[in-house]
Amino acid sequence: MSENRRDWPLWEVFVRARRGLSHGHVGSLHAPDAEMALRNARDLYTRRQEGVSIWVVPAAQITASSPDEKDAFFDPAADKIYRHPTFYDVPEGVEHL
Amino acid sequence: MYGNDFGAPAETERPPVSDDELTERFQAIIDADGRIEPRDWMPEAYRTGLVRQIAQHAHSEIIGMQPEGNWISRAPSLRRKAILMAKVQDEAGHGLYLYAAAETLGADRGDLLDKLHAGKQKYSSIFNYPTLTWADMGAIGWLVDGAAIVNQVPLCRCSYGPYARAMIRVCKEESFHQRQGFEILYTLSRGTDAQKAMAQDAVDRWWWPSLMMFGPSDAESTHSEQSMKWGIKRFSNDELRQRFVDMTVPQAEVLGLTLPDPDLRWNPERESYDFGEIDFTELFEVIKGNGPCNAQRLAHRVGAHDDGAWVREAADAYAAKHAARAGSEAVA
Repeated sequence: MSENRRDWPLWEVFVRARRGLSHGHVGSLHAPDAEMALRNARDLYTRRQEGVSIWVVPAAQITASSPDEKDAFFDPAADKIYRHPTFYDVPEGVEHL
Repeated sequence: MYGNDFGAPAETERPPVSDDELTERFQAIIDADGRIEPRDWMPEAYRTGLVRQIAQHAHSEIIGMQPEGNWISRAPSLRRKAILMAKVQDEAGHGLYLYAAAETLGADRGDLLDKLHAGKQKYSSIFNYPTLTWADMGAIGWLVDGAAIVNQVPLCRCSYGPYARAMIRVCKEESFHQRQGFEILYTLSRGTDAQKAMAQDAVDRWWWPSLMMFGPSDAESTHSEQSMKWGIKRFSNDELRQRFVDMTVPQAEVLGLTLPDPDLRWNPERESYDFGEIDFTELFEVIKGNGPCNAQRLAHRVGAHDDGAWVREAADAYAAKHAARAGSEAVA
């Protein structure tokens, strides 16, 4: 059954649901090359007109932040609450600010 | 789905954290109704249990193509044929979503298929029953897919992110499956006497196996307690079975068909339907491999896999040729 098996690479699939929206990750699939990955992605993830555009990316090409270092990695943003408009006091009666 | 999120974890020096502390953090995420994602630490039993469950689920989807595939060429109209093909194609898709979800846990799709083919991993016993008449397409959609939906909707909130996301897609698509089945039976039940009898016969044969799809009774279920604690399972087998019965009985009345259970009656105190005892010896026999179609289903699956080998090889060869050509062009 599997004597000649060489697994096709894994591709991550991103779909633009409609014009005006960015591509969002919808899932992954195996395919021997980019062209087949696109065709398989169409058959697998857009059977009900879920998209108008598809990206496929080899999963091995994606670099991700590490979940173990999540706290340290995102920490620099945690104490900068002055980046949010709600940080500031606005005097009574001031509008359009 | 969601690959390995993505690539191997970076090799960095970090202070060792004890297993107890990791387990505590893991359980805290689940208790707060959060989701576990692929590269999070998880207890080994959570990982292996999920791989087992998701693989069995994926296998069920692709084996489930067979009973209905059996009727594509004999569907009574072009409309019915187109619908049935779309449904069988959906089952293939559901299998692929689920294999991809299992792969995020470190499983390999090829290995999972090997285990299915070798009989080392199971699929839902419901697919070991034959589809004898066209009305079986109706009964499968209405009862089998109906039971599957009741089982699967809670999985959309399961603690493992990729599985939950796959199930959201699956459930959206399943509701068409159930409705088309109901429509087949509704049409037959308003047809000739022979058509109505055919519909009734199909319901008579599929009712009890559908109830068995929820698994053994709570008293006998082996995996339930841990699954509940880990947020994989949210309702017990018996709770889900009751929900299915309560949902289905009024629909049977609309169809004008009876359900083959003399003990089925409304219980005003419980505000639920009471129903007769399920003969689980049958379920266990089918699981053991003694159902009407076990051997046939597996042989067909292995045959399809082997017959498709040349397609996989050709696609590989084509990809390799083009990669080589692109490489030599880049050099030149």
